[in-house]
Amino acid sequence: MSVAEGFFPDAIRCIDLFTAGVYGYCNLCMFRDEKEVTMNNLELQKTANEVRKGIIIGTHAAGAGHPGGSLSAADIFTYLYFEEMNIDPQNPKDPDRDRFVLSKGHTAPGLYSAMANRGYFPVEELETLRKVGARLQGHPSMQYLPGLDMSSGSLGQGISAACGMALGGKLDNKDFRVYTLLGDGEIEEGQVWEAAMFAAAKKLDNLVVIVDNNNLQIDGTIEEVNSPYPIDKKFEAFNFHVININGNDFDDLRKAFAEAKATKGVPTAIIAKTVKGKGVSFMENQVGWHGKAPNDEQFATAMEDLAKIDKALEAQA
Amino acid sequence: MADKIATRVSYGNALKDLAEQYPDLVVLDADLAGATQTGIFKKAYPDRFFDCGIAECNLMGVSAGLAAVGKIPFASTFAMFAAGRAFEQVRNSIAYPHLNVKIGATHAGISVGEDGASHQCLEDLALMRELPGMVVMNPADDTEARWAVKAALDHEGPVYIRFGRAAVPVVYSPDTKFEIGKGSILREGKDVTIVATGILVAAALEAAEKLAADGIDAEVINICTIKPLDEDIILKSAAKTGKVITAEEHFITGGLGSAVAEVLSEKLPTKMARIGVRDRFGESGSAAALIKKYGLDGDGVYASVKEFLA
Repeated sequence: MSVAEGFFPDAIRCIDLFTAGVYGYCNLCMFRDEKEVTMNNLELQKTANEVRKGIIIGTHAAGAGHPGGSLSAADIFTYLYFEEMNIDPQNPKDPDRDRFVLSKGHTAPGLYSAMANRGYFPVEELETLRKVGARLQGHPSMQYLPGLDMSSGSLGQGISAACGMALGGKLDNKDFRVYTLLGDGEIEEGQVWEAAMFAAAKKLDNLVVIVDNNNLQIDGTIEEVNSPYPIDKKFEAFNFHVININGNDFDDLRKAFAEAKATKGVPTAIIAKTVKGKGVSFMENQVGWHGKAPNDEQFATAMEDLAKIDKALEAQA
Repeated sequence: MADKIATRVSYGNALKDLAEQYPDLVVLDADLAGATQTGIFKKAYPDRFFDCGIAECNLMGVSAGLAAVGKIPFASTFAMFAAGRAFEQVRNSIAYPHLNVKIGATHAGISVGEDGASHQCLEDLALMRELPGMVVMNPADDTEARWAVKAALDHEGPVYIRFGRAAVPVVYSPDTKFEIGKGSILREGKDVTIVATGILVAAALEAAEKLAADGIDAEVINICTIKPLDEDIILKSAAKTGKVITAEEHFITGGLGSAVAEVLSEKLPTKMARIGVRDRFGESGSAAALIKKYGLDGDGVYASVKEFLA
């Protein structure tokens, strides 16, 4: 997947970019910004559907958890873990790896499912979500699960930690990048804007803030509760490079993350418009599915919905 | 005890002195570098100093992130904002993931003085002591404060160190050996044990001299590490004297007094009393005047011990 991780003239590691047997200097890998596409959109869509199944399986098994915001961000998790980030599930403590901080920590089921599907741990373990003794805590805990770069869950705090990681990378002249995913309701927290001010003031261009703009929080739509709109203008005012996208579209995600990488001197904020509950018919755009697990009947319906998506994707292949 | 130096100055000096030896050490402040004395470090190592501005919650989170990528950050601000305002960030972003962040909290206690109650943090030891895995230190003087900074660097995990604004007497010689979690007996005695911390250590020693003139032989113990607490030194002394009084520049609830009471009540019920501020906020005034008014100077400790023994 992430074959092009900075400059390395190692033809063996680049071999899947070329016809087998072609050795030599790989100029495609000279700059990570020019990384080749390693999964096409259809593959990413299929993977995201597997991630969504994991979310439903996990929250159903737990009888608790947050499926809505996990599903809205499933495509973002998928893009980050399967395409964007320079990571190795076999070497989760590599000091040069890219970092991810799930600032909207309640959507841990989505992160866990992406990680499991990426190979950090067995997909079967998703059924242990939120259970006593499990590594899959209700909100991410780095003390429990290798591969988690930060514990999170108390809203507004993850972005600050991501800023610290990005600053640490700059200090050591490291090339790793730091990604953090926030909820649109989460940005009502004042600390988010303390961190945003800091990120721009310290020129953290190795930081990408993604806002999952699914428009719903526990008490209603974000406009109804305490509107943080316009989100893009706010980040612009804090001196971010801002990109508005459809966060459930892989073309958009691909372009946005490439643009973020090419942006120098300022941090990037990707405002990702998404559908809460995406992929499960009865959960889509329903505020009630923020923090509720599907019962057995709903579980069956949800899995049928996702199976239909699989079939539709197969038909495209 | 002729020399006087504020432990916040010791803090700034120690950071600067240890910077070469600890290349991962970085210092963060929240627009108070002049007051917290991290400015001493900033001047010497500007590339390793980061001002977060007036945003303490972000200060703690950024420090957590730096620690997560291998740095040893000292997050510095007043105790009121470090332990108070940013409590939940310290809990969830630093203590819960057990990250290697050091919190240098200055201007603790009533001796902040003229700024008044809004800035006089008298609850930080209680708050920080509650956090699993957090080491809590309250050095008594320049020697101990400098040692505490180094000890924090050598300790893997979160540490809270409390420093004061006002100049305080130097109690220890520069070559004194300390250890995290170990108290020290500064004066042996058989009639009563005074367990003191921070600026109350010098006051307790002064009180012990006065008590001696009255024929009362007081043992004085300094507890710098509030957590983990040196239970042995307290239990042994309590077994010897049968009477224990604690002294701290903190509310009598939650801090050293409570920590000692917890140990004694469970393991060796002993007659005890607590010196500290009692369920009221502070007020403006000079540090010396406030310390005197609230009974936290040598005379105050002397009077409290006499009352306790009466």
